[in-house]
Amino acid sequence: MSEERFEPLIVGFFCNWCSYRAADLAGTARIKYAPNVRIIRVMCSGRVDPTFVLKALARGADGVMIAGCHPGECHYLEQNYKTMRRYSMLRHMLGVMGLEPERVRLQWASAAEGVQLAAAIDEMVEQVRKLGPLNWPGIWSEDGGRLEAIERLAEEHAEAMEVKA
Amino acid sequence: MSERVGVYICHCGSNIAGKVDVAGLAQWAGQSLEGVVVARDYKFMCSSLGQELIQEDIRKEGLTRVVVGACSPHLHEKTFRKACAFAGLNPYLCQMASLREQVSWVTENRAAADAKARALIAAAVGRVQLQEPLEPSEVPVNPNTLVVGGGIAGIQAALELADAGHRVFLVEREPSIGGHMAQFDKTFPTLDCSACILTPKMSDVGQHDNITLLSYAEVEEVTGFVGSFSVRVRKKARYLKEDACTGCGICIEKCPWKVRDDVFEAGLGNRKVIYRPFPQAIPKYPVIDRENCAFFKKGTCKACEKFCPTNAIDFEQQDTYLDLDVGNIVLATGFDPFDAKRIPQYGYGRYPNVFTSLEFERMCNAAGPTEGKVLLRDGKTEPKSIAVVHCVGSRDQNHHPYCSAICCMAALKFGHLVMEKTSAEVTSCYIDIRTPAKGYEEFYDRLLEEGMKFIRGKVGEVSDAARLPGEEGKLIVQVEDTLLGKQRRIPVDMVVLMTALEPRFDAREVGLRFGISCSIDGWFTERHPKLDPVATMTDGIFIAGACQGPKDIPASVAQGAAAAARVLGMITKGTVLIEPVVATINAERCSGCRICNNLCPFNAIDYLAEDGVSKVNQALCKGCGTCVAACPAQAITGAHFSNAQIFAELEGLLYDAVGSDPAPAAV
Repeated sequence: MSEERFEPLIVGFFCNWCSYRAADLAGTARIKYAPNVRIIRVMCSGRVDPTFVLKALARGADGVMIAGCHPGECHYLEQNYKTMRRYSMLRHMLGVMGLEPERVRLQWASAAEGVQLAAAIDEMVEQVRKLGPLNWPGIWSEDGGRLEAIERLAEEHAEAMEVKA
Repeated sequence: MSERVGVYICHCGSNIAGKVDVAGLAQWAGQSLEGVVVARDYKFMCSSLGQELIQEDIRKEGLTRVVVGACSPHLHEKTFRKACAFAGLNPYLCQMASLREQVSWVTENRAAADAKARALIAAAVGRVQLQEPLEPSEVPVNPNTLVVGGGIAGIQAALELADAGHRVFLVEREPSIGGHMAQFDKTFPTLDCSACILTPKMSDVGQHDNITLLSYAEVEEVTGFVGSFSVRVRKKARYLKEDACTGCGICIEKCPWKVRDDVFEAGLGNRKVIYRPFPQAIPKYPVIDRENCAFFKKGTCKACEKFCPTNAIDFEQQDTYLDLDVGNIVLATGFDPFDAKRIPQYGYGRYPNVFTSLEFERMCNAAGPTEGKVLLRDGKTEPKSIAVVHCVGSRDQNHHPYCSAICCMAALKFGHLVMEKTSAEVTSCYIDIRTPAKGYEEFYDRLLEEGMKFIRGKVGEVSDAARLPGEEGKLIVQVEDTLLGKQRRIPVDMVVLMTALEPRFDAREVGLRFGISCSIDGWFTERHPKLDPVATMTDGIFIAGACQGPKDIPASVAQGAAAAARVLGMITKGTVLIEPVVATINAERCSGCRICNNLCPFNAIDYLAEDGVSKVNQALCKGCGTCVAACPAQAITGAHFSNAQIFAELEGLLYDAVGSDPAPAAV
């Protein structure tokens, strides 16, 4: 690595109705923000399985942003509350694993909050930049292919769950 | 993987091409991404020429998947899906990457823009190959409609539908339809007599061949989905056989028991224990108030039964249940008035001559307890001065932050009625006078000319503690006149509190029963606050009138008619398409743990007790995917957003991440 500034890679899971539209609005309003967040559209933040977050980190992301409608404004009535519950458990778990809490962020963004969303992205990118690279895949491949071992475990689990016809 | 993917990068004029190296991106996609057989860039992909380009490749190159890197899918996903369908490719096999809203328009640095654009295209290419063809399902629409609530909004909706030739079931909780409008004397700003314009509509409902009126009834259970709901209605026992009753009213006349009428007369008057809320009630059948009936309490009396000429009284009657099949539901459940006792400093309940606006409406009504005379609580004395206190419970951070929308106009109306009926002086204490609809400001001007007094300030207190000469025996309204900048004490004989409109006490419960949501304030939430004001997030359920938020009669009528028009549209079309982005449970994997059951706010997941597994009702499922994420056995799949699809997208997004190379290079 040279003296280059570290550019963190952040995966965003954005709900289709409010937060993805906030990102659209940030675009239409030509608000410039850090290019480090790459967004996956899901129908609802409630779709975000905590394993998505782990998978993203395991695949090389330095942080994950989950974005949804504000509490009380969920397109699916109340599913963002379920996101909220999962998020606090996930954060706790990530803490146990030794991960800095700033690497995973839950962001509410209404479809009108393009400016606020862009600011939140900039803020998160700065925070993660300060934390430095996470480099889970790197750590694991140096460490005797632990990543592969974990992934194999998941596959074995899935196979075990398979019901023979 | 054997899919043949076509990648199309749009320049969007210079909107994308000005920042992203579009040609380089297409070339990179063609060379480095697995499965890509064609990769092109074009000036405007959404133009008909751009679409034809895709269609030609589908036909000639045998593309099985299409990726369009252009604007947000919210703008043109439909366009490209249609283009694919036109060329014979299932529309759900087309994926968009938002290169404009998420890259070129928001990124300063060109190199960073190129890298992000590549990630988004790689993600789309990875995901699209796992996408599956989906078909929306088409279900028939039952032409019958349920309207819940027989106030003016529900009446309007029911009549519009019935006049168009369709069956309507109108369910009303109270013994008669009419709602709040039936309680009023005059309506602002035209001062039409409320009963004169409402009762003809009420009798139209009562006599309409296409309307089945179920008054004194409640909806107990709703199952099913748009096009075919099953509804269970409980018809409360009236203790009277409707088919025998002629509505002559002798039973009411002969009933020796009177109780205070807290509903229709707002506590200002009495009614008999067997009663009709008001003389023009529709339907005409009386109801026995079981709580207060001497026969039910003590086992004697039966005066009504003795005098009934048609033997219609039936003390043995039980609640009955009706099962209805309907295609659509209109909720017009209205509002409750704010309980003025919750603001003790205004003295309601402590000082007899403090009245609520609803009490005052009844007092002004010629058919009301005072026969239209404005009198103090003693029922004899005419007041010489009246203060009208605005915003009681609304625009108040302690209670409701919203404006109740109708009270300013109602207060002006009261001012006019008082001055017409008495020689009393009327003072309005207001925060702002809000008269935004047709003819309303003119009405305000009229009241200014008629001599109603206006003090701009929120009332702090109403008390009977006389301090100054002229205050003895009066109610003193303490208010800061914000225009003069000083405190004022206004001695009056009568105070009228303009109470806020509140959501019905059971609005949340009702919302849950019908699968629709309430705003933070408790009003039912519309699908879109501006562009879809009567539909809800649950297909086939519409809302009209004050259950959606405070509104006056014209707005309620407009919404009732609008909801009916939406329902008519569904009936005319005859079928409804159901979005295929839904969850499915693999019964072989499901352990029957039922974790998913309670996660669904649309009640779309049923537990099949005999099979020991849960099942998604796809017509009710909205496709949020919350259950998919929660299933511990991974038995639930979310169509179009499966784990595999999202993981493939993730792999693509992180194509350049450190150590993400699927075949790690030897260190």
